[in-house]
Amino acid sequence: MTASILGRHPVGLLLSAPYAVYIAAVFAYPLGMAVWISFHDYIFTAPGVSVPRPFVGTDNYTTALADPAVRQSFVNILIFLVINVPLTVVLSLLLATALNAAIPFRTFFRVGFYVPYVTASVAVVGVWLFLFSSDGLVNQVLGDLAPDPSWLINEKWAMPSIALFVTWKQLGFFILLYLAALQNVPSELYESAAVDGAGRWRSFRAVTIPGVRPATTLVTLLAIITGANLFTEPYLLTNGGGPSGRSASPVLLMYQRGIEQQHPDVAAAIGVLLVAGVLLLAGAQRLLERSRE
Amino acid sequence: MKARIPLAGAAVLPLILTITGCSAGDDTAATGDATARGAIDVWFSNNAQEVAWGRQVVQAWNAAHPDEQVTAQQIPAGQTSEAVISASIIAGNAPCLIYNTSPAAVPAFQAQGGLVPLDDFADGTSYVTARSGELGAQYKSPNGKIYQLPWKSNPVMLFYNKTAFAKAGISTTAPPLATYTDFLATAQKVVSSGAARYAIFPSPSSQFFQSWFDFYPMFVAESGRQLVVDAKATFDSDAGRAVAGLWRQLYAQNLAGKEAYTGDAFADGTAAMASVGPWAVTAYQDKVEWGVTAVPTRTGSAENQSTFSDAKDVALYTACTNRGTAWDFLKFSTSSEQDGELLAMTGQMPLRQDLVREYPAYFAANPQYKVFAAKAAHVIDVPNTPASVEVWQTFRDAWTNSVIFGKEDPDKALADAAATIDDLVHRSRR
Repeated sequence: MTASILGRHPVGLLLSAPYAVYIAAVFAYPLGMAVWISFHDYIFTAPGVSVPRPFVGTDNYTTALADPAVRQSFVNILIFLVINVPLTVVLSLLLATALNAAIPFRTFFRVGFYVPYVTASVAVVGVWLFLFSSDGLVNQVLGDLAPDPSWLINEKWAMPSIALFVTWKQLGFFILLYLAALQNVPSELYESAAVDGAGRWRSFRAVTIPGVRPATTLVTLLAIITGANLFTEPYLLTNGGGPSGRSASPVLLMYQRGIEQQHPDVAAAIGVLLVAGVLLLAGAQRLLERSRE
Repeated sequence: MKARIPLAGAAVLPLILTITGCSAGDDTAATGDATARGAIDVWFSNNAQEVAWGRQVVQAWNAAHPDEQVTAQQIPAGQTSEAVISASIIAGNAPCLIYNTSPAAVPAFQAQGGLVPLDDFADGTSYVTARSGELGAQYKSPNGKIYQLPWKSNPVMLFYNKTAFAKAGISTTAPPLATYTDFLATAQKVVSSGAARYAIFPSPSSQFFQSWFDFYPMFVAESGRQLVVDAKATFDSDAGRAVAGLWRQLYAQNLAGKEAYTGDAFADGTAAMASVGPWAVTAYQDKVEWGVTAVPTRTGSAENQSTFSDAKDVALYTACTNRGTAWDFLKFSTSSEQDGELLAMTGQMPLRQDLVREYPAYFAANPQYKVFAAKAAHVIDVPNTPASVEVWQTFRDAWTNSVIFGKEDPDKALADAAATIDDLVHRSRR
């Protein structure tokens, strides 16, 4: 009986307990709390201060969805994901493949791509401003072709500019994932492809892409999740989600509503909607993967 | 794996909410004894000069009060000081006193039950009134209580770069900046001459408090009123529309910067003017040859013209147990002697009556601060209104959309924002 409850290796439970506790404390409980708060009229208070926190049904969701700024932020994040996720997958796979080959200065390039990832956004934002401001390097190169208003204060270009910045900044991490995956692709497959007359591009399509498919699933999922959590870049690059809220993200609004304006209930509702959206995207991606398999 | 990872998408807020979840049900009483004595903790801002002032005031107190020792530290790092203070209120570990409490955050801290009304002390009201006089009245909360001691102001004035003005052929001793017409013409001259990339470059960010350094000083100077008076927005008025109109022209003619800027545009010469307080005197002294004048008004500056105070206050927090000591230390640190030290060490104006008469030696030795001391008698702060931050964010969103980016008629944007704010304040007061 005990064995059937604890399984064949009870020590496994003991070993996995710390992680289970971590997940419960850091993810499950806060998420449950956020869902609870999103259905109540809730404010933060000092210990011992008793305030009524009545159940308000879906009022907080109605308030959130009736706010044009919130709706705009979800559209913005969708635009961001549409640009960032495919770009991340394609560029990181191509670059990882290149860096996996015997090219000169390979270690230098690997480090070079990884450095932006481990550098704080606050620090690298200065570089991006230098490149994309009105008088920046990019506009000087483009001359008359430069957009007016400039990239970061242009309603159409602000979010794509942020998507490009985040793609560049995080590329190193995703390249690393693909590099690890590429080590598991048997070299015999490339040799067989070569014997069959496949060129580099054909080998890449027929061997590399299918060989790293699990990594592609992971990269896509992580890119969606980190993208949905976008905060620092619109906060710093586009003056807090400007121009006119065209680069505001849901998490930026959660910060404004929940922390600055003391409406954690509405902020929690935005957060729950964001989680639901991410789950939907992750589910859709999983279905797509299955249909391919 | 896949089921788990998406949960991270909600990690930002729930992690913060966890603190609340843990503390909301805590039975620790938020009440305290106004006469209790013993050791206390205080927080100062991370401004180097204020830290030095704080260190000496704590040393002076501790030497005389061995049984009531004060431990001081800088406010822990965070997104903003207000976010850190709010988190400490919720967690129940706020210090007794914070010498960097923003008046705009006081309504929220009060609603959280985080602040002790100074009226709780027998001499609380009389002390605030005696020290700050009429200036202190604006810091009273709508319920009639005083939750913050008006500590120091930074009267916002217009700094100009004399080198850039000279290059543009503008007088450096009496530059034409008094009226909106003068100001605009001077701004155009500065930029068209190539003396500076921009005439002025306040942060165009959407952060709620940025309006304190572009719109608000001019609005206060023009109208002599706070943003909200008697629960009604005041900026949908001739004064508000005039200020918005001036700034719209500055942005439309690219005389003011619209992009994020990582440095200090005035210090590095990118902008020829800046609206700042006396803290800037030491900050710019080795970088810019500067002059200072009052912010412009439609008809030209008058002697008693108001400006935004940009004040920071001291509040006593409910997590404090030894409130008797905290109150005594607060009075000690805002005494005439310590206010004099603050003035000498930071150049910021203690919010007390008649500064020039109180500290004649200082102003004789430092005449460049005299103009700020004169203005300090006419400062107007942010309104002490419920939903204060939301009010400012509503205004800021309307401002950035219409005035900075020109996506909407500024007059209509101000009218819509005023209606939203009226409704917001009305709902919050219920």
